[in-house]
Amino acid sequence: MSEIAATDTLPKPRRDIAPLLLPVVLALLMIPLVGSASSWVTLTVASLAMGMMIFIMASGLTLVFGLMDVLNFGHGAFIAIGAYVATLVLLPLASWAQADSLLTNLAVLVPAALLSMGVTGALGLVVERVLVLPVYGQHLKQILMTTGGLIVAEQTMYALFGPQIIPMPLPAALRGSFILGDVAISKYRLLALLIGLVIFVAIELVLNRTKIGLLIRAGVENREMVEALGYRIRRLFLGVFMTGSALAGLGGVMWGLYREQVHASIGDELTVLVFIVVIIGGLGSITGCFIGAILVAMVANYGGFLVPKLALVSNILLMVAVLMWRPRGLYAVTSR
Amino acid sequence: MMILSGDPPRSRTLSILLVVIVLALLATPFIFPGAKALNVAAKICIFAALVASYDLLLGYTGSVSFAHTMFYGIGSYAIAISLYGLGPNWASVAVAVAAGLPLALLLALAIGLFSLRVEAIFFAMITLAVASAFLVLASQLSWLTGGEDGRSFQLPELLRPGTVFIGKEWFGFPINGRILTYYLVLSACALMILALLRVVNSPFGRVLQAIRENRFRAEALGYRTVFHLTYANCIAAVIAACAGMLNALWLRYAGPDTSLAFSIMLDILLMVVIGGMGTIYGAIIGAAIFILAQNYLQALMSIASTAASEAGLPLLPGLLHPDRWLLWLGLLFIASVYFFPTGVVGRLRGKPAAKH
Repeated sequence: MSEIAATDTLPKPRRDIAPLLLPVVLALLMIPLVGSASSWVTLTVASLAMGMMIFIMASGLTLVFGLMDVLNFGHGAFIAIGAYVATLVLLPLASWAQADSLLTNLAVLVPAALLSMGVTGALGLVVERVLVLPVYGQHLKQILMTTGGLIVAEQTMYALFGPQIIPMPLPAALRGSFILGDVAISKYRLLALLIGLVIFVAIELVLNRTKIGLLIRAGVENREMVEALGYRIRRLFLGVFMTGSALAGLGGVMWGLYREQVHASIGDELTVLVFIVVIIGGLGSITGCFIGAILVAMVANYGGFLVPKLALVSNILLMVAVLMWRPRGLYAVTSR
Repeated sequence: MMILSGDPPRSRTLSILLVVIVLALLATPFIFPGAKALNVAAKICIFAALVASYDLLLGYTGSVSFAHTMFYGIGSYAIAISLYGLGPNWASVAVAVAAGLPLALLLALAIGLFSLRVEAIFFAMITLAVASAFLVLASQLSWLTGGEDGRSFQLPELLRPGTVFIGKEWFGFPINGRILTYYLVLSACALMILALLRVVNSPFGRVLQAIRENRFRAEALGYRTVFHLTYANCIAAVIAACAGMLNALWLRYAGPDTSLAFSIMLDILLMVVIGGMGTIYGAIIGAAIFILAQNYLQALMSIASTAASEAGLPLLPGLLHPDRWLLWLGLLFIASVYFFPTGVVGRLRGKPAAKH
């Protein structure tokens, strides 16, 4: 036993980089399997872009769970609502969105995304106060309440927007792709990649460099202790819940534009995907969520290219494989 | 008492309600004419059994599974594929039972051992993921399952509507294969519900409740909680598969929308919570309320919707549109989780709400 003197700095936590290498190794392994370099680059960029979108949707869920032990089964509803709200701006201003100028396009797109985030964030406030607050600490009821919220939200969307699929065309300047040699990279995917990276870096910076981030990380690790130190963790949690909901809304807008259509059922569809990502990453871990999202997207893209039939169950196989390796996800943050 | 495993309804109103429901179901072919009433009655029976088996999981062990429709679907598809592929005879029904039930059992065992070690939330998420993968598989492997269209098939001769046993003279009602199928469904569902009552009132059932109340303590008392939970999951899965088989036999069809869809899972959740978790009887009440609402509330809402649109009210016609009935049941669901978590049955029994 070595003595630790009071003047010594705390021992540095061991860096765990094996999960970080996983997507890199997976991508490199795929080079010989895919065959041509140009399709490999296209597939890799596609998976990274899709991974970023999934990450944006999943990040809120994992933080909310880590911090307050609340799993929001209605998270998918925020995604769908975000996409629908964006159509409220994008469709009436379709002429701006289809104008052949990046600035005009962005002048529609940015307000649409901000409005979506605002609405879903505000809804997050309502949901937290009405549905989640009364049932803190009771898992069973939380699952039931948020599932009930999902049903009500979905039906309300049908009532307000109708049951049909609403088209959501990409703005003109974001269509098409950049051609580098014989590699085609779609512009929108590049944009999605960029936004995802910015958000990831922003979340990491807030978590690791600010006092709020410090409190959130401390809360994830041991909620009671943070409360005992006199911080109002519920208020902190409300903030995280709203941010998570707003991010889900943003993810919904991006996903709607990616698919170029919106329907209330995307909520259900993406909830499953987002859950798988959160489980793979380890409940409560942002880095794990980031890697998990990329892994899921890679498996979907490479799998869809190589063995289309396998793509149907590839997510489950990936989840089983990861959980065999690390039963609590890539990064186990919470002690629960 | 014996037949109810010493667990009577314990409330006069509840007993009367149950007796009325059971009598109505027994007499449906003779007092409510028409195919719709018979369909509704059969659906109530099947869902009562399905929801009761889900109650074993949700109400008695406190674990939320989203894969219950998967087992229901396995049963349905087993019957459909077997009768479609091997011809309409009793041997193919036997093959379906011999293949479907073990498949459901093994899958439940695997999921249980894999995910019940940890917390309820983990189990819920894993089951959701597995069930959605199964749904995709069933709708994509069209050579086996018929894809999105599902499989229609013929029943064994004895159960076909064309088979008439007694002429039209029996009190003016034809006794045909359809009626026989209905009573087959009814009695099989009654048997399953009674069997579930037996299970939850056995020592095994008491251990499940102990685990629900305090898993750590149950483990400290020497019960291997993972195995108990897994067994409960397996029993529930097998009964769900049986219900699925009856469903397929009744509809003469199995497809993603009638047996696997996520919306059916939500329906089951609604029924179990509205009826009352952890009571088994709640399943019967919940299924009856829900399916009656599903079939007859819509007519009422359509009247209200037209009235609202004639009165020129904004938004209200859309909210009252008959297709939006689930919205109102969803609100009822949230209210019942919050205000009376023991559901209709708990309310009627009038005991203080159990703590979860």
